[in-house]
Amino acid sequence: MNLLKINNLKAKINDNEILHGINLEVKPGEIHAIMGPNGSGKSTLASVLAGKSNYEVTEGSVEFNGKDLLELAPDERAKEGLFLAFQYPVEIPGVSNVNFLRTALNEHKKYRGEELMEAGTFLKFVREKAKIIQFDNKYLTRPVNEGFSGGEKKKNEIFQMAVLEPKLAILDETDSGLDIDALKIVADGVNALRNENNAYIVITHYQRLLNYIVPDFVHILYNGKIIKTGGKELALELEEKGYDWIINPEN
Amino acid sequence: MSQEIIDKYTSGEYKYGFVTNIEQEFAPKGLTEETIKFISQKKNEPEFILDFRLKAFDFWKKMKQPNWQKVQFPDIDFQDIHYYAAPAVKSKPKSLDEIDPEIRDTYNKLGIPLEEQMMLAGIAVDAVLDSVSVATTYRERLAEAGIIFCSISEAIQDYPELIKKYLGSVVPYTDNYYAALNSAVFTDGSFVFIPKGVRSPMELSTYFRINAAQTGQFERTLIVADEGAYVSYLEGCTAPMRDENQLHAAIVEIFVHKDAEVKYSTVQNWYPGDKEGKGGIYNFVTKRGLCAGDNSKISWTQVETGSAITWKYPSCVLKGNNSVGEFYSVAITNNYQQADTGSKMIHIGENTRSRIVSKGISAGKSDNSYRGLVKISKKAKNARNFTQCDSLLIGDKCGAHTFPYIESENPSATVEHEATTSKISDDAIFYLNQRGISTEDAVGMIVNGYAREVIMQLPMEFAVEAQKLLSISLEGSVG
Ligand SMILES: Nc1ncnc2c1ncn2[C@@H]1O[C@H](COP(=O)(O)OP(=O)(O)O)[C@@H](O)[C@H]1O
Ligand SMILES: [Mg+2]
Repeated sequence: MNLLKINNLKAKINDNEILHGINLEVKPGEIHAIMGPNGSGKSTLASVLAGKSNYEVTEGSVEFNGKDLLELAPDERAKEGLFLAFQYPVEIPGVSNVNFLRTALNEHKKYRGEELMEAGTFLKFVREKAKIIQFDNKYLTRPVNEGFSGGEKKKNEIFQMAVLEPKLAILDETDSGLDIDALKIVADGVNALRNENNAYIVITHYQRLLNYIVPDFVHILYNGKIIKTGGKELALELEEKGYDWIINPEN
Repeated sequence: MSQEIIDKYTSGEYKYGFVTNIEQEFAPKGLTEETIKFISQKKNEPEFILDFRLKAFDFWKKMKQPNWQKVQFPDIDFQDIHYYAAPAVKSKPKSLDEIDPEIRDTYNKLGIPLEEQMMLAGIAVDAVLDSVSVATTYRERLAEAGIIFCSISEAIQDYPELIKKYLGSVVPYTDNYYAALNSAVFTDGSFVFIPKGVRSPMELSTYFRINAAQTGQFERTLIVADEGAYVSYLEGCTAPMRDENQLHAAIVEIFVHKDAEVKYSTVQNWYPGDKEGKGGIYNFVTKRGLCAGDNSKISWTQVETGSAITWKYPSCVLKGNNSVGEFYSVAITNNYQQADTGSKMIHIGENTRSRIVSKGISAGKSDNSYRGLVKISKKAKNARNFTQCDSLLIGDKCGAHTFPYIESENPSATVEHEATTSKISDDAIFYLNQRGISTEDAVGMIVNGYAREVIMQLPMEFAVEAQKLLSISLEGSVG
């Protein structure tokens, strides 16, 4: 059974078609890497899946967890288990990280008809989660992303992912801006959270992340289309030869 | 933010809009010397109060309705208003049990039970329904500490010397048009006196409620903190939904002696009118505190969510050396609401300090103005002011304006002013959506975060209430 099935997805923004027909299938337990030059549409794909309103889907379908994903509001997609670790996380002044996350988690629980978590239990729960990515407790009470460094913001995304335990997480260039130690911590975190029921789509420019989070599939997205799919060795090949040999095979 | 989203958000419901069915006694509509004598006689007032009223009335008759504020409304017909409406009881209830069950029910619905359980919450309540104070809880416990907390009508009967000394001492009836009107016709309100060196063992609170139709509410609050005293005072207000506009023109005076401190918090939730801008309260209020003695302090905190029109500038006159004035405000407007609010800090003493933090939030087709004056007089050596004035816009049909006035006559003073205007970004809403939070809740969360610095100034229970209120006021302005 597929967790995610994208079929001929086309999407535009301000009358510019950016995605020209994407096909992708993700099964539980799998890790997919998406690579590709800047501007090829990687973040667009992530945003369209998460339901950002300024993109318009013009063709195709997306099935997630047996549901028509495109019919769902962004918050419902999240509660169905879709998580996006943003390339550029947003600051929310005055709203503490824990309050925000408790509200979010309880919205998920409400959606699933589960009992809500009260403040005390929640605090214990998030402290455990924070440990997974060696996230200092001081970040829990600070306003969401406000004054965080680039690396801290990226860690905060993974921390939120750890708390919300999604079925499918899309990591959009989570590795950019991380030094090698932080990169390892984040990768270890992802590996610790992986299991046979969840899946990851890892968007990255760099093979080095894929040394730590080993993908089952590597896709190359170029100019709004997936033009090549391979195993983890494809990433190594890219590192060595660049994109040109795939984009212009006749050269 | 898409138009559809914004339109949906402008449809919040007002949940305090019920009417209490009790028998009421009215003064005939209209304002004449006879009306004033009627009120004074009803209240069995001493001669000096009637004098005060009549002088104010004479003064008022010579004045014109002010029009400098950035709000718009048709001229008020002052002859079409009842100036006195009271629950028809023969005599003032002696104990809480004697209060009309309908009235008690009203306050229960508002979440203000008049029962002794309020003791647990540590808040003493004076509840004003239309023009008359209906109950003051915990009076005995406060009396043990020497604190006087009663309706101003009772204070006029029982403590005429204090009233003579302080009434109009901070806001004279000559102050402005609505202050003159209030001084002529005020019907009730609260009186607080904290004696020398006493810290009030509980927070004191007044709950104002307009119930009767075509009635103005003109209450008057007077708080006096003697040397070294401290009190935290809370004020809350609601009104039924009515198509007509109702006038609320109150005065709050605070007199603070040496080393004393008064913290005054308001959560104002008068009926704001409907989505089309019909009905709602005109809230024209004069609030001023005098830091009369050295090292005294006054702190105003207000969360303004209601009223069709809000027009008020809680102010501090910093006369004592080293005295401190603070003003923390969140004013939220939605639909067709208009708010013109801010503060005045008048520095007279040396080393006086003031701080203004104003957060305006506008949605719908509303208009939200900050208007502030910082005045440093010649003698105010080393006076300091800091003003932070932020505006947040939701949608593109609302307005935010800032009118800061600074007058400095002393070169040793420091006056700082910072201002920002921002919009709730789609990216921020989407970020919260992506974590499973609905757009409506996301806006509530962002607005509460934005207002946090002010909300934190409120006592705990009030802060929780205020947070809910902020979200509710914006309900329907984004979806
Ligand atoms: N608001 C927009 N209007 C028009 N074009 C846009 C907009 N946002 C992104 N694009 C274009 O979409 C393309 C894909 O961008 P993006 O998905 O961010 O690429 P990637 O994440 O792969 O670097 C780029 O050519 C970019 O210029
Ligand atoms: Mg990108």
